[in-house]
Amino acid sequence: MRQRLASLSEFRALQQACMAAREAEKRKILVCCGTGCVAGGNLNVYQALKDRMDALGVACEVALNDNHGGDAIGLKKSGCHGFCEKGPLVRIEPEGWLYTKVSVDDVDEIIQKTILGGEFIDRLGYQGKDGVCKRQEDIPFYKLQTRRVLEHCGHIDAESVEEYLSIGGYEALTKALFELSGDEVIKEVSDSGLRGRGGAGFPTGKKWAQVAAHTEEPVKYIVCNGDEGDPGAFMDRSCMEGDPHKVIEGMIIAGVATGSTEGVIYVRAEYPMAVKRLKIAMEQAAELGILGDDILGSGKSFHLRISKGAGAFVCGEGSAMTASIEGHRGMPRTKPPRSVDKGLFEKPTCLNNVETFANVPDIIKKGAEWFRSVGTEGSSGTKAFALTGNVNNTGLIEVPMGTTMREVVFDIGGGIKNDKEFKAVQIGGPSGGCLTKDHLDLPLDFDSLKSVGAIIGSGGLVVMDESSCMVNIAQFFMNFICEESCGKCTPCREGTTRMNDILTRITQGNGRMDDIGQLKKLARMIQKSSLCGLGKTAPNPVLSTLQNFEDEYVEHIRDKRCRCGVCKDLAQFVITDKCIGCTKCARNCPVGAITGTVRQKHTIDTSKCIKCGACKANCPVGAIKEG
Amino acid sequence: MQQLDMKVIDEILERHNYDKSMIIAIMQDVQEVYRYLPQEALEHIAAKIGMSESDLFGVATFYGNFSLDAKGKYVLKVCRGTACHVRKSADVLQALQEATGLSEKKSISDDGLFTIEIVSCLGACGLSPVVMVNDTVHATMTPEKAKDLVADLREEA
Repeated sequence: MRQRLASLSEFRALQQACMAAREAEKRKILVCCGTGCVAGGNLNVYQALKDRMDALGVACEVALNDNHGGDAIGLKKSGCHGFCEKGPLVRIEPEGWLYTKVSVDDVDEIIQKTILGGEFIDRLGYQGKDGVCKRQEDIPFYKLQTRRVLEHCGHIDAESVEEYLSIGGYEALTKALFELSGDEVIKEVSDSGLRGRGGAGFPTGKKWAQVAAHTEEPVKYIVCNGDEGDPGAFMDRSCMEGDPHKVIEGMIIAGVATGSTEGVIYVRAEYPMAVKRLKIAMEQAAELGILGDDILGSGKSFHLRISKGAGAFVCGEGSAMTASIEGHRGMPRTKPPRSVDKGLFEKPTCLNNVETFANVPDIIKKGAEWFRSVGTEGSSGTKAFALTGNVNNTGLIEVPMGTTMREVVFDIGGGIKNDKEFKAVQIGGPSGGCLTKDHLDLPLDFDSLKSVGAIIGSGGLVVMDESSCMVNIAQFFMNFICEESCGKCTPCREGTTRMNDILTRITQGNGRMDDIGQLKKLARMIQKSSLCGLGKTAPNPVLSTLQNFEDEYVEHIRDKRCRCGVCKDLAQFVITDKCIGCTKCARNCPVGAITGTVRQKHTIDTSKCIKCGACKANCPVGAIKEG
Repeated sequence: MQQLDMKVIDEILERHNYDKSMIIAIMQDVQEVYRYLPQEALEHIAAKIGMSESDLFGVATFYGNFSLDAKGKYVLKVCRGTACHVRKSADVLQALQEATGLSEKKSISDDGLFTIEIVSCLGACGLSPVVMVNDTVHATMTPEKAKDLVADLREEA
């Protein structure tokens, strides 16, 4: 049990002690315990490190206040380091070395050579183009990033409030409590130009001011949207898992500034580790008197609870989320009234996304000017993206707003997997769009993306290579929306079903030429007449693929052909020039569709072919292609 | 139908102060115990917190995580999110269905061991394609690894 801090001076004393303890901890091993590396077995690596060090009699500190003295080695479970592709990851301090693809078998060597000998193990280092990169900061994946929200993610123990205090955590809160008025806090946030990181990009300061203006209401709410439902996005998860106190601090500051004393974090049920880490963080903050009544003796209060989602994408929409927290079906309602006026339990509610709240402490601590020092005029600061798909370096990244797609995909992401050709990037999830080669130099910020029919969304970037069929991708998203549509309004419920029917028909080879016109018509109708943002943006993936890849739609409809070989019903097997004429395919074809003479190239009669794939499976030289 | 111990449910209700607004959390806790929401449990909850059965049913069926059908010992959640999709999660799903004898219509395997659920995104996109078994994430799956996984789980059970 921690001692409750009753005043600012008691807070300062603990802060100093934590900072000193961190200073004293010279040698540190940070074992990444984000979802990715845990799946890769890093908890076993952590346990093995601990067991072996104990067995060898090497003093190790698991918690900051273990107090083994200056020589002890800090062993920490940290949040996500971001470079999931190369996980499980282990970071060694003070050198800042990063070990990749670590397994339990490497533990002895790490202890003997690195911990006791101070030597770098080349085998575990990142293999760059010009040899091994020892330091994490030298790896191109990290070097080109600007990590602000994720600054400490992976560098501190996510389950320890002392570690958060040791890097200056809750300092911004004390400023908001004791130095600034609520209006001054809101002004700072407004001046920073911070816009909502959940997708729509609404100015955060403006939202806060609207909630603060309801001075007549004794109960107001701060709600944190951690319902990161876009397929292909995991920034918020990593933030909640890796630096949960930062999110909580942002929420308390919002509460203090707007005069709201109640807070709810809505987290998806699919994120059990985020829920666990947030709970631990909330308990610790409550013990210290940072959460609850009379925070640090300031007379101000803030109560926080977690509400676990139950698997409904639409709950990422504000009014659906508040309905869900109240225990109803999570369906959006008509606006106005907006949630800042009548939100959760009919009270004024300030609803922001995880990353938005995580940006707040630094803005208050370092000022609006500092925040604006990166990013663009209209979109200041940084943005975290989840970089996934057919790209070499998948993982979690953070870059200044306005960074180009090319820098993200090719410089940070290391280009396309298996040297294939870049085709498109899907950005913004089911509400977003597909960007092509022509957009590679487009700056990633709210306004530039909007101008080409995409949105930044929550920040999922799914990279696709030449083997991804764009009609299939469009159908994939439409199918997703169909299933996730709450069914309240007809345009979204019926319209997306109709669009999905048409797209499915096209991918099965039954498309008609007027289908493209039908799709566009339905899309416009859904955009104009749906009730909530989910419906209004649902046609985006179809429209943007139609805009950039209409020829692929035409091929599917007219030629009954899928050039990528993804749409199975359209698959055509072709024998390429690699064929050595061994006759094996012809002998294995169950319908006798393959003909040819020995040692000569064979051919497939596509009208007879039943697409069973027996020829491809049996070809000894890989001469048969699907597509 | 298994006989339900209403005491367990009453304890859960007690913990949430019979608060209607906590109905989702209550059902999550009940599902944690039974791995699905038995009909009798829902009827009992509705009566105890003064909510109509139809309203409760409405909430229970709205959310994808709630199941009104019994589930296998191992719930294999196959991620069909975008990142997994482009890394061929459809093939992984097919392999799992073949290995367990399940289909889209058949929700629990004959031996009572397996249930396959399709989820839209587990947020482990960096490791795609992924399958989550109960709370453990299995990364970079292939059809072969999927078959091995089912075999391993069978042995474990």
